[in-house]
Amino acid sequence: MEVILIAVIVLGAIAIILVCSIFGVGKKFAVKEDPRIGQVQEVLPGANCGGCGFPGCGGMAVACVKAADAGSLEGLNCPVGGADCMKKVADILGMEVAVAAPKAAFVRCNGTCENRPKVNVYDGVKSCRVANSTSMGETACAYGCLGCGDCEAACQFDAIKVNPATGIPEVDLQKCTACGACAKACPRSIIEIRTVSGEKKDAFVVECMNKDKGAAAMKVCANACIACKKCENACGSDAVHVVDNKAYINPDACVLCGLCYEACPRGTIASVSVKGIERKPKTKPAAKPAAKPVASGAAAKPAAVAKPTASAKEWKPIEIKWNAPLMPSQQILLAGPKDISNPVAPAKEAQFEPKRTDAPLPPSQMILLGLK
Amino acid sequence: MKTFRIGGVHPAENKLSAAEPIIKAELPKVAVYPMGQHIGAPAKPIVQKGDKVKVGTMIAEAGGFVSAPIFSGVSGTVLKVDTVIDASGYAKPAVYITVEGDEWEEGIDRSEKLVTLKEKPELTPEVIVDKIKAAGIVGMGGACFPTHVKLCPPPGNTPQWVIINAVECEPYLTADHRLMLEKADQVLVGVDLLMKAGKVSKGFIGIEENKPDAIKLLSEKCAANYPNIEVVPLKTKYPQGGEKQLIDAVVRRQVPAPPALPVSVGAIVQNVGTAYAVYEAVMKNKPLFERVVTVTGKSLKYPRNFLARMGTPMSQLIDACGGLPEDTGKVIGGGPMMGKALVNIEVPICKGSSGVLIMNEKEARRGEEKTCIRCAKCVGACPMGLEPYLLATASAKQMWDKCLAEGIPSCIECGSCQFTCPSNRPLLDYIRVGKTTVIGIIHARKIAEGTKKNI
Amino acid sequence: MNKLIVSLSPHVHSGDSIAKNMYWVIIALVPALLCSFISFGVGAIITTAISVAACVFFEWAINKFCLKNPVNTVCDGSAILTGILLAFNMPSNIQPWIIIIGAFFAIAVVKMTFGGLGCNLFNPALAGRAFLLISFPVQMTTWPLPGQGFGAYLDAETGATPLAIMKQAFKDGDMSVLNQLPSFQDMLLGNTGGCLGEVCGLALLLGLVILLVKKVITWHIPVSILLTVVVFSGLLNLANPVYANPLAELLSGGLLLGAIFMATDYVTSPMSAKGQLVYGVAIGALTVIIRTYGAYPEGMSFAILIMNAFVPLINAKFKPTRFGEVPAKK
Repeated sequence: MEVILIAVIVLGAIAIILVCSIFGVGKKFAVKEDPRIGQVQEVLPGANCGGCGFPGCGGMAVACVKAADAGSLEGLNCPVGGADCMKKVADILGMEVAVAAPKAAFVRCNGTCENRPKVNVYDGVKSCRVANSTSMGETACAYGCLGCGDCEAACQFDAIKVNPATGIPEVDLQKCTACGACAKACPRSIIEIRTVSGEKKDAFVVECMNKDKGAAAMKVCANACIACKKCENACGSDAVHVVDNKAYINPDACVLCGLCYEACPRGTIASVSVKGIERKPKTKPAAKPAAKPVASGAAAKPAAVAKPTASAKEWKPIEIKWNAPLMPSQQILLAGPKDISNPVAPAKEAQFEPKRTDAPLPPSQMILLGLK
Repeated sequence: MKTFRIGGVHPAENKLSAAEPIIKAELPKVAVYPMGQHIGAPAKPIVQKGDKVKVGTMIAEAGGFVSAPIFSGVSGTVLKVDTVIDASGYAKPAVYITVEGDEWEEGIDRSEKLVTLKEKPELTPEVIVDKIKAAGIVGMGGACFPTHVKLCPPPGNTPQWVIINAVECEPYLTADHRLMLEKADQVLVGVDLLMKAGKVSKGFIGIEENKPDAIKLLSEKCAANYPNIEVVPLKTKYPQGGEKQLIDAVVRRQVPAPPALPVSVGAIVQNVGTAYAVYEAVMKNKPLFERVVTVTGKSLKYPRNFLARMGTPMSQLIDACGGLPEDTGKVIGGGPMMGKALVNIEVPICKGSSGVLIMNEKEARRGEEKTCIRCAKCVGACPMGLEPYLLATASAKQMWDKCLAEGIPSCIECGSCQFTCPSNRPLLDYIRVGKTTVIGIIHARKIAEGTKKNI
Repeated sequence: MNKLIVSLSPHVHSGDSIAKNMYWVIIALVPALLCSFISFGVGAIITTAISVAACVFFEWAINKFCLKNPVNTVCDGSAILTGILLAFNMPSNIQPWIIIIGAFFAIAVVKMTFGGLGCNLFNPALAGRAFLLISFPVQMTTWPLPGQGFGAYLDAETGATPLAIMKQAFKDGDMSVLNQLPSFQDMLLGNTGGCLGEVCGLALLLGLVILLVKKVITWHIPVSILLTVVVFSGLLNLANPVYANPLAELLSGGLLLGAIFMATDYVTSPMSAKGQLVYGVAIGALTVIIRTYGAYPEGMSFAILIMNAFVPLINAKFKPTRFGEVPAKK
């Protein structure tokens, strides 16, 4: 009994001494840190993905506090936490926060096993970086996806996976946080972080990076952009341009009318919506365009039902949600001239009002707005 | 027997075509000349569609100081200036020429008469270097570094020796061996010219001891006519033909890590094929447009050595050897240790194409990759004293600072580590990626520093 | 025509493989195995067989059921090698269930939990032996005497080993105890008591020659260990003859087995020649210290395990000589 008592007392005494010394040392050598940094770090997601551009959430917290002291939180955005998170950060720091447009990653290549015939067999490390330095890859396209999965390995959110049936990575838009890791990992810069529209992340993307002339590009891949400029001509918002033998849709100028998607004869432009990715099948270049004027559409209904054109069957108009944050171009369209000076504010109350500028609208917008 | 002091491996030699004399290859129907046949800025084409060219006409001029002009090896009409898939696996700009006849430029001496340096006292070092530069001569061992740049070392470096690389340590290749046996006199005049151009008084010719006939022949000729040139037999070990390893073996000096150059320890190293090309350029006024190429492989019907004009597609040479075998897995431009696997067999012969190796399916496939068992065989094999297992892992995990600290820029990409690894790990694949990235980062930092200084 | 295969250089391979190296080590162990059968009879055969079977079974089972590996790593021979080496570290009259526990510890705990072949920090066979020594000291330290006929197994007569005699001499401070040591010839040919694989010096040295010729190992580790032991114990012996003479130290206990087969294990030894020399010297010194001044008569296994823990530090500090660092000689 005595032995146990002595043991307990001795050990208890050692414990108390150690606790006091640790407490004292902790107080004496404590690192003074702004308490706000800890508070901000609490509300950040804690993924440490680097998507904000800072080393981890700790780095972002320090940057936010610094920026708050400097006067504004402009330019700071956590793509993982999104608007909610930045609002909480702003509340802690007593600032206002600008909501950045939502973004997502897009793979700008559709050179699937079907579209792009293989001409070689690659035997080596399964890494896109290594395969890129070996040769053009297993196909004859020097710009297209290599399918080895560096993007999949770089993603920390399980949002991009290489589809083994097609050999092309597919992005799960619900999981994608636009942190940019996959875009950095791709040695051919095929993946782009683009602004999307609304929560459903609607978008149009040109799925080709090939900079060779049309004839050469068509030989290596059935999905290649041939730089025919039909999309550029169809676009009414100056969003599509053909540069370096390939088309590019500027996501900030795009109004999601879908005319480029409609016009592309190769089906290279993809439509991304809540239904997933849709691609038009290729129209034969010699085929006559079904140019029935819209006004006589009702009269010609029986003929149309008997032989629907590919475009009428495939393309469904994209619903534009008027209470979602609008693109600047859409706001210009809907609002009057006096609203152009403040395009950033989310137009929650923007109703569909026929308030437009004096300049005549192009036919595409007229159709869209139901004016024709 | 002399050899380099660190590392090395012993791949099977397979010199299948060592006894085959050099045959002149047939002229192609269309000759293709890529613009990037050397280290440095690509050449710029100076011909356009429809121009008539002769053998020896310049079709592209040098694109900078570290560059070289390209000469046509055929006579005919320029078909187009387009792109071709070269050994890199990518399409690069090239000049296509439809071949008509075999008309040579006047001024090229086509006689077989040997012209020695004694007969031409007007050849000063500067004149020789200018002629080499004008003839577009680059390193013929495969690296293709412009020769005139090597002969003009940066100030502060005094060369003491010219070392001729006649080692040919790559398995299967026999081009240099045959060249030494059949054109020994011309090669020695070329060495003499290089020694004069580099302003050195002593020359060495390093030959591996698996070529005893070449060693004997050249030793006799040097003893008779060239007392300043010494033939050095070297132990057969890969990579004896590496520039730094050769200098270590012959003169026992080790070149420090990059950016140090071999000339900083006093040595100018040139391939024996380059020496022959220098002879032809300076003495016969013949620019560089043809070279000896070994076409070989275990399943190839007749492994042979050809004297081929540049621009000849490799398929033509393969056909002259009995055609591409049915079970071909890989076609390699160069040797099996450092050569490039070609995307198709229409790749044209360039200045650095020392050989075409056909490998059958079984040989071509890599073994199954397993985990690193830390056996340290790669460390023992590395001729640069690096730790390949560490460099490969650091590179795979993108730890660039660790790669730099472990000396990744010193890697000569010889492949000894991956050759010897019992787990079939792709060490060199990762190390290459790391090396290019680290060198790129160093370069970018230098530029950033330079910009900062200017501001 | 088939599509051409495209890959980066090198396009040839030496043909070496993990399995080749493991099987050559097993072949190098065959002389010692045969000697142990001759010295210790059927007990040796049973012990080795149970040890190998248990090691192979555990590795196969863990690969198949826990890791769900598509390719079972049991084919590369390292489990068989661990089994043989573990058996060599045990007396031939040990009960089978102890062997199985030892095999489980060696494979499952020391090797597989760390990540399998290539990732373990400690030598599995040695760690298994140390575990058994501490858990079952009596069974692990009663060695049967050699030459008791083929049928001797669990009931073999036991006796003192050379190391026990040397320890006794040191404890008593009495040199005359050393006269009980068997002759060098006996120790070389395996006519002494001890663990299965450590008694026959000649067979182990033959194994060393096989390994060096086949380039499975380099000379650095075995030579540095043996030389250090000879020098260190020689100095001690010169100072006071109560310490056994160097040749006796060299041929007794697990020194030869450890220096040739255990310390040279790929996974747990340093990666550069300089590092290997340092490693060998330290093991030799530690062995002599533990044998002389420690509580256990045998110090080899503990010395190697201690140095295994230092190997990452040795790898970081003792890098191979880089090209260009050698001073110019002309």
